[in-house]
Amino acid sequence: MGSRASSLLREEEIEEIKKETGFSHSQITRLYSRFTSLDKGENGTLGREDFQRIPELAINPLGDRIINAFFPEGEDQVNFRGFMRTLAHFRPIEDNEKNKDPTASEPLNSRINKLLFAFQLYDLDRDDKISRDELLQVLRMMVLRMMVGVNISDEQLGSIADRTIQEADQNGDNSISFNEFIKVLEKVDVEQKMSIRFLH
Amino acid sequence: MGWFLIPFDNLLCMVLGISFTVGFSSLLVIVVPAVLGVSIGIRRLYMKSLLKVFEWATVRMERGAKEKNQHLYKPYSNGIIAKELSSLEQEIQELRASGTTLSSEPEFEMADIMYFCRRGVESIVDDEVTKRFSAQELESWNLLTRSNFNARHISLRLSVLWGLGLFIRYGFLLPLRVTLAASGIGLLVVLTTIVGFIPSGWLRTYLSEKIHLMSYRICVRSLTAIITYHNSENKPKNGGICVANHTTPIDVIILANDGCYSMVGQIHGGLIGVVQRAMVKSSPHIWFERSEVKDRHLVAERLSNHVADKTKHPILIFPEGTCINNTSVMMFKKGSFEIGCTFYPVAIKYDPRFGDAFWNSSKFGMVNYLLRMMSSWAIVCSVWYLPPMSREEGEDAVQFANRVKAAIATQGGLVDLLWDGGLKRGKVKNTFKEEQQKLYSKVLVGDQEDQGEDRPQEDEEEEEGDQNEDRPLEDYTPRPLEDCSLRLQEEEEERGSETPMKDQ
Repeated sequence: MGSRASSLLREEEIEEIKKETGFSHSQITRLYSRFTSLDKGENGTLGREDFQRIPELAINPLGDRIINAFFPEGEDQVNFRGFMRTLAHFRPIEDNEKNKDPTASEPLNSRINKLLFAFQLYDLDRDDKISRDELLQVLRMMVLRMMVGVNISDEQLGSIADRTIQEADQNGDNSISFNEFIKVLEKVDVEQKMSIRFLH
Repeated sequence: MGWFLIPFDNLLCMVLGISFTVGFSSLLVIVVPAVLGVSIGIRRLYMKSLLKVFEWATVRMERGAKEKNQHLYKPYSNGIIAKELSSLEQEIQELRASGTTLSSEPEFEMADIMYFCRRGVESIVDDEVTKRFSAQELESWNLLTRSNFNARHISLRLSVLWGLGLFIRYGFLLPLRVTLAASGIGLLVVLTTIVGFIPSGWLRTYLSEKIHLMSYRICVRSLTAIITYHNSENKPKNGGICVANHTTPIDVIILANDGCYSMVGQIHGGLIGVVQRAMVKSSPHIWFERSEVKDRHLVAERLSNHVADKTKHPILIFPEGTCINNTSVMMFKKGSFEIGCTFYPVAIKYDPRFGDAFWNSSKFGMVNYLLRMMSSWAIVCSVWYLPPMSREEGEDAVQFANRVKAAIATQGGLVDLLWDGGLKRGKVKNTFKEEQQKLYSKVLVGDQEDQGEDRPQEDEEEEEGDQNEDRPLEDYTPRPLEDCSLRLQEEEEERGSETPMKDQ
């Protein structure tokens, strides 16, 4: 319901969000309008079912994990600040941000934070390690196993998981830590793959 | 004590007198041309003056915003984000090139999830489907509170104007329109019942046509609907089926204003049921009992019989099955397209500046909706009659339905979507997710063969999958053919959605 779009979002809040996330004024207003249109219960927060109502997200194999990423530990509702904070990870990295003051805290859309977002999609129990089980779980979500013509059995997935961990694991604990994850992905253009072009 | 009431008495009498006179004369001015079938042109004049007022209002608001050095909230006509158009295969191949190389076994990169992750978040920010089920946002304000986003920028003058508008709409237009609507429907019921007594023949058909047209003309005026019909040479003829995109129950009135159609739908109780039963006395409409609605064969049979009889009017069908907000056309249900006859596609496009006609049935019930319609400025729309189409050799019902849908979407300037309008209420089928998983599995295994048999080439459609005739519509009540004006059952379902749904 767009008619409440600008009226419920105060200027001070917009400024705070701008500072925290780096989105522009008009982007924040538009995203707020989107937030309210998803909020069918009209109580200022989104629950998991609000996200699941989006068909394109519901058919995404990793849909549930992505939805999870929006909700802080143990909570069932996310407010607009939290929503924006998560979306901020997908802001493209601009050139003038690269030379910021090194003592300032890492912006939400830095390469490290984008990698952390991806890492947390794997690491369900948030113990800062991707175990073989967790990797296998994600593989199972992305793949169609019982299909004629494309034969990927559970054993094959298991061996893929084993191989991946073998390649990445450096300290021999049979799981992938965040630093090992970063190493594996150092050649990947994370800035481009994990960015969404927000229009002004 | 009585002495000071007398001037009020007089005043009251005067006010009442004036309002009755004004009301009655307006009624006359409107009803007489409706009965005779001519148009004086008042409504178009009204429309032009309204447009000028809206422009003035927007300019003032922009000026107000500039003074405060703020931005006027303009809804995103270009979108919030620019979506990447690459397909799953392309992206994963890129990752293979840049990531660490593995052996010839199924290749997996940890970065593969990034594709799904980004697509997922893109769809959270902007998706093609959920925005079709709520009213379109406007660029400029049309003096209705319901479409106002820039409350802070309204100056005193604008507020006065808005107040005046409010008074005119609720104090003058609304009662007038309600009276008109009541008389239109009343006339329809009474006259069709009377004509029903005349034995079947030339006279009865002629009279019935005239009565239907007249009542619809009155109804159209009761909504202040300003309709422009294009390409009337393609108007639907007897023995055919007319298909149109669906935005509101009012679609029926708009089309029936210009020609006689046979409606299809479920018989309801209450007032609508009375109207339905009266209508069918004088001309052959197709009403189904509740129990018959799910029986596809029965439905198809009755429709086929109807079109086979060339003396009967064309059938009016809305294949989307539900109301969409007039920015897009969603999946056409294939049931009606299996009948072998000529199809007359019609595109209806509403101009949202004068009043948004979309019926958001999850937000408003029917009565609430009608009140909103009657208290808007006007309903302005264009109707295009498209050249007739028939199913070609080797084309199945689904392909034919998509062809018709594409034609309607192009003409009306609407987005052509493959998604099902039923997603308004129901969940999307798991089969679509399986399509995505299938795609990824193929890439993983390194399958370079041609993509699946029935997959169209564009990226958008990859994600939406296609309708497969063998898949029953299990996630929501199957509704083979429907006339949305008889949508009371939607309301019931809304109320009943909290409690377990009884089997209909």
